[in-house]
Amino acid sequence: MVEAGPWWSGVLLPLILVAFALAAAMMDSSLAARDAGGRAGWWEPLRSVGGLLVQQRRRTLAADVLLWRGGIWALLAGGVLASLVTPFGRWSVADLSIGVVWFNAAEVVAWAAVWLVGWGANSAYGLVGGFRFVAQGLAYELPHMFALITAALGAESLRVSDIVAAQESLWFVVWMPAAFAVYLISILSMAFWGPFDQPAGRDITGGVLAELSGVDRLLFSAGRWILLVSGAAFAVPLFLGGGAGPVLPEWLWSVLKTAAVLAFLVWVRRRLPTVRLERYEEIAWMVLIPVMLVQALMVAVVLLVR
Amino acid sequence: MTLQMFLIFAAALFSIGLYGALSQQSIVMIMMGLELMVNAIIVAAAAFWYFVAPATADGQVLVLVAVTAMAVEMAMGFAVTTAIFRKRDVDMTDMAADLKG
Amino acid sequence: MWHQMAFWLCAAGAVGTGIAVFRVDSMARATFALLASFIFAAGTILLLRLTYLGVLVVLMMIMEMVIMAVFMIMYMMNPAGLMPMSMVHNKIGSVVIAAGTFALLTAVILLVPWPSRNGEPPPDPTRALGEALMGSKMLVMMVLGLVLFATMVASVVLATHRGRYDRYGDRLDAKRPNDPVRGGLRR
Repeated sequence: MVEAGPWWSGVLLPLILVAFALAAAMMDSSLAARDAGGRAGWWEPLRSVGGLLVQQRRRTLAADVLLWRGGIWALLAGGVLASLVTPFGRWSVADLSIGVVWFNAAEVVAWAAVWLVGWGANSAYGLVGGFRFVAQGLAYELPHMFALITAALGAESLRVSDIVAAQESLWFVVWMPAAFAVYLISILSMAFWGPFDQPAGRDITGGVLAELSGVDRLLFSAGRWILLVSGAAFAVPLFLGGGAGPVLPEWLWSVLKTAAVLAFLVWVRRRLPTVRLERYEEIAWMVLIPVMLVQALMVAVVLLVR
Repeated sequence: MTLQMFLIFAAALFSIGLYGALSQQSIVMIMMGLELMVNAIIVAAAAFWYFVAPATADGQVLVLVAVTAMAVEMAMGFAVTTAIFRKRDVDMTDMAADLKG
Repeated sequence: MWHQMAFWLCAAGAVGTGIAVFRVDSMARATFALLASFIFAAGTILLLRLTYLGVLVVLMMIMEMVIMAVFMIMYMMNPAGLMPMSMVHNKIGSVVIAAGTFALLTAVILLVPWPSRNGEPPPDPTRALGEALMGSKMLVMMVLGLVLFATMVASVVLATHRGRYDRYGDRLDAKRPNDPVRGGLRR
């Protein structure tokens, strides 16, 4: 089944993630162009990458440059490290015995990273965005952890390859639908994407993104996209049976399933309005956490009586 | 790697934390010192597990207890700070010395 | 060999960033220096093949330090350190006590004849920990759960200034709580 790949798979991983992120950004911009009634705008991300590369960096008064840049790189590193344990067909970069915990720890880096980027610029809007992300983190993180634990519980292992192997007969999404839904919601919130983009909201002129320009903005946006891609890719081994599928080779199934989840996440952004934070907070604690507790209990009971 | 190396490392962390807890005036900074001291306990417990008694999980359980102690310490510390700040606008230990004998 | 080097790197990093916590002016930098110290210390735990506990410490400390940064900036007069000021008392005494403690502990560590290793680490320490917590050490787990629950209740009671009479009126007969911010469930 899933096994650790050769050393160069670690070099390959960021490239694959960037390719997925670029494809998702292209899909997003062409959807935006279609909504605006314009022509196909799929090349827009390429153009803005070029533009950001030559743009000058903005400097702000008394900025904490060390923490600012540190936050940008931390977001990027967290997004890439999270995918270290995600199997790509038969291979993952590292098949750790605690893969699920590793994934969780790597994506929690976003908490620190986004707050630091908001803080470092010494700008009120950026700081408001950073604090909003911390509040959002308090809302999404616990349901998210329960979703991860539920999948690990179903496989009776924290190792990702065991979780994939446990879905040979039945995908987890079939008997853990609530966990899958909560997982997708928390991925959207983690990348502050779609209905949960308040930390970078328009009402605060872009929030954490307000003072970012040039290479900084490029790296931060790349980190945000890669976080979204990493989350979508990890949904495949957790709930969608990993590389399992008829006819096609396993790696292709991994790609197809990841692309499907990612496309859904990108598409849903244009279909749902932004949720205000104080509303999301109460919904998360009063609805999502109890739902996840019931889901985990159901999985545990099924495992015991099976 | 030897047990002594890990323990000296833990002792260094503990002493830094002790310095912070003793010298800082702000309650929040004192809590950072306390956290460093608990962190030394975590390192020492892990080292004792690996180098002395790896067959039983006692050392690991101790690490877990220390991690929980950290979380509890921080939650209660901030709750007390919030309460005292709300009541008296105080955020330094020297200004909250009513019970000093 | 590389184990040895990694250990010294992590130890030096943890001690260095630990000292930085009390040396920098900016509260944000102090908090994240502490986080760096924790992550380096977790690195040494990973070297002992305690993967679960090492990653768990990293996970918890990132969340804890971000929350801590929020409180730091809330309560400190000079959070960004733009106007350096001294917020210490009894500095020399503290240094002497801390150095003395370190010297004493180091002497004890080097002089005590530590027992030799008893048994081998299990192939999967995480499983051993889980079985201990759900078996022979069940009481520890139960006490931890109770302590955490008590902490949640106590910290909310201490930190909030609004009770149920503020929310539901003196006779507790208001249909809808009178909250400054209404949540998403339209209660």
